[in-house]
Amino acid sequence: MLTINNLHVKLEDEPREILKGLSLSVKAGEVHAIMGPNGSGKSTLSYVLSGRDGYEVTEGSVAFKGEDLLAMDANTRAAKGVFLAFQYPIEIPGVATMQFLKVALNAQRKARGEKELSIPDFMRFVKERAAKLNISQEMLKRPVNVGFSGGEKKRAEILQMAVLEPSLCVLDETDSGLDIDALKVVADGVNALRSPDRAMIVITHYQRLLDYIVPDFVHVLSAGKIVKSGGKELAHELEANGYAEFVEKV
Amino acid sequence: MADQDTIDLVKTIEVDKYKYGFETDIESDYAPKGLNEDIVRFISNKKGEPQWMLDWRLEAYRAWLHMEEPTWAKVHYPKIDFQDLYYYAAPKSMAAPKSLDEIDPKLLETYAKLGIPLKEQEILAGIRKQGEPSHLDDEGNEIIAGRVAIDAVFDSVSVVTTFKAELAKAGVIFCSISEALREHPELVKQYLGSVVPQNDNYYAGLNSAVFSDGSFVYVPPGVRCPMELSTYFRMNAKNTGQFERTLIIADKGSYVSYLEGCTAPTREESQLHAAVVELIAHEDAEIKYSTVQNWYPGDAEGKGGVYNFVTKRGDCRGARSKISWTQVETGSAITWKYPSVILRGESSRGEFYSIAISNGRQQVDSGTKMIHLGKNSSSRIISKGIAAGRSDNTYRGLVSAHRKATNARNFTQCDSLLIGDQCGAHTVPYIESKTSTAQFEHEATTSKISDDQMFYCMSRGLSQEEAVALIVNGFVRDVLQQLPMEFMAETQKLIGISLEGSVG
Repeated sequence: MLTINNLHVKLEDEPREILKGLSLSVKAGEVHAIMGPNGSGKSTLSYVLSGRDGYEVTEGSVAFKGEDLLAMDANTRAAKGVFLAFQYPIEIPGVATMQFLKVALNAQRKARGEKELSIPDFMRFVKERAAKLNISQEMLKRPVNVGFSGGEKKRAEILQMAVLEPSLCVLDETDSGLDIDALKVVADGVNALRSPDRAMIVITHYQRLLDYIVPDFVHVLSAGKIVKSGGKELAHELEANGYAEFVEKV
Repeated sequence: MADQDTIDLVKTIEVDKYKYGFETDIESDYAPKGLNEDIVRFISNKKGEPQWMLDWRLEAYRAWLHMEEPTWAKVHYPKIDFQDLYYYAAPKSMAAPKSLDEIDPKLLETYAKLGIPLKEQEILAGIRKQGEPSHLDDEGNEIIAGRVAIDAVFDSVSVVTTFKAELAKAGVIFCSISEALREHPELVKQYLGSVVPQNDNYYAGLNSAVFSDGSFVYVPPGVRCPMELSTYFRMNAKNTGQFERTLIIADKGSYVSYLEGCTAPTREESQLHAAVVELIAHEDAEIKYSTVQNWYPGDAEGKGGVYNFVTKRGDCRGARSKISWTQVETGSAITWKYPSVILRGESSRGEFYSIAISNGRQQVDSGTKMIHLGKNSSSRIISKGIAAGRSDNTYRGLVSAHRKATNARNFTQCDSLLIGDQCGAHTVPYIESKTSTAQFEHEATTSKISDDQMFYCMSRGLSQEEAVALIVNGFVRDVLQQLPMEFMAETQKLIGISLEGSVG
């Protein structure tokens, strides 16, 4: 589904490279965890995959379902099935969460040449998914992320994911700011979305999240490169030994 | 025209940037070009007006000759040659249609194209199936829009007013002002000019002399108007000024909600629109007046477009009366407009909710006046200005308290949103209080759309323009929810359309 080959990325207005030859291959149905110390390039990877402005790819390629992902705008990528769950979800004052979901879903459906959902169908569709994430009707009426607690923000991100039904989910530090109960709800929400046609990249600093969202593969990202890959047991190794070993290697 | 055709037609013209820019090819009756007393007589005669009305017009004309164009607003435009305009244009086929069947099909087609179905049965049916929710409100609740009675004004004349019979049952008079002059002269005579006198200002003076048509509403004591009333103004004829006059009277303890919408064809020359609206609310009465103004704004370089010089004023004449103005200003090359409330009655209430969007080379100078005269009167002003492109957007507002207006209260909030770095937003509040017991509050903010917000929206599948439209709709939410439900979805769309090309 996703093939990242020798990716080099820098900020547009800074010469320093952040990603320095990252390669990764993700197949449908797989869950990959990317772990790494602060500043290793984890968030940059998530932004480059989702198409944020301000980054320059100096070398390498990213193919998504056989297409050149880097040539697409952020919204085209979304319509093709890329979704980023933000580490710090953004507030949009005055726009009800329900409204936001509707506009986003319809924009994607339109881009794919599909018909808009009727209002009653849409409401049913959202309410079912919201209930699973313990999201109340009242919360759906509140403006997007405005005044949401840390846990509410993350649950709302997962709701968006559940409604937009992407084929590639990138979760950026989804565990940050969550207590253990909130973490379980979010992880259950994510696990419910695991499917043979959907791939996930779970970016995290701590192993804790991976006890709940159990990955098929774990990669260690350090100084802009994947320095070690392994199975889920690699996460436990990291938890025990820290990242020091990998930071020194570079 | 069948419902589905109407919908399809509206959809196909929606791809245009200014989707109402088409011209209707229809033969019109014009007054000779230019302005003098004979033209005033010509208009009055065309309308078959009583002598007192003609005298009133002539008085206004003579006062206007000695008045000067205001120059204090932050707008710039070439001098208008008032002798180079037509002051009256009416479709020839419009002699005197008695029913909808007699109306020129071209006119019906025009309104259908604008998405305004005039045939009552179509409105009854709605443009959707009965009872099916049409859209989500701002909180994501499902909305089933109700019925709306429409007065359609084409250039200088009212084409048709729908649902008249049903309104009459409730005792509500809703007709063109020309018809009101014929059928209810005593009401017109009593109230016309009682809020905006003939010599109030330059454009009001001009309007008083040459106004051609507009809407008239009278709601009798204790009656709650059973449906939304709406007037739809369409400026079609070339080099013709539009001068409509609207007069709304809510008698004791009555309630009415009224909405006006406006569009004009795309033309290279600028068009002048100088309307006057007078509202009178008696004891315990409430008038809610909403405007969705979408006159042609001119092209990207500032060529053409409507000069919108409008005087709107409400008089809270009775105790506990309430007048609320809501305006959504997206069109016009120049907007000069300050819907005001005179808070004469004790404990009366005035409200002004405004969304003013400027893009391209548009210039907006708009705001309100809240004149507190009565004890315990209160007012609230929420203004949302959005400036994009190379436009200039000014809020200008006056809040004043007379020495008798003890315990007057006002809350004002002015928020500006800038899109890009070539536009300007300005806030000019004037506050005057002659009583120490008045409490006036003023809050103002200026902000920009953040890159984070744009990326967040786009990563969810919204295009750049859809993202701007959504964020702006959120910014104006407090005002948007003041609009009648029936018009909210359309207005949200309009906000998106008027900001096209503002980013990227």
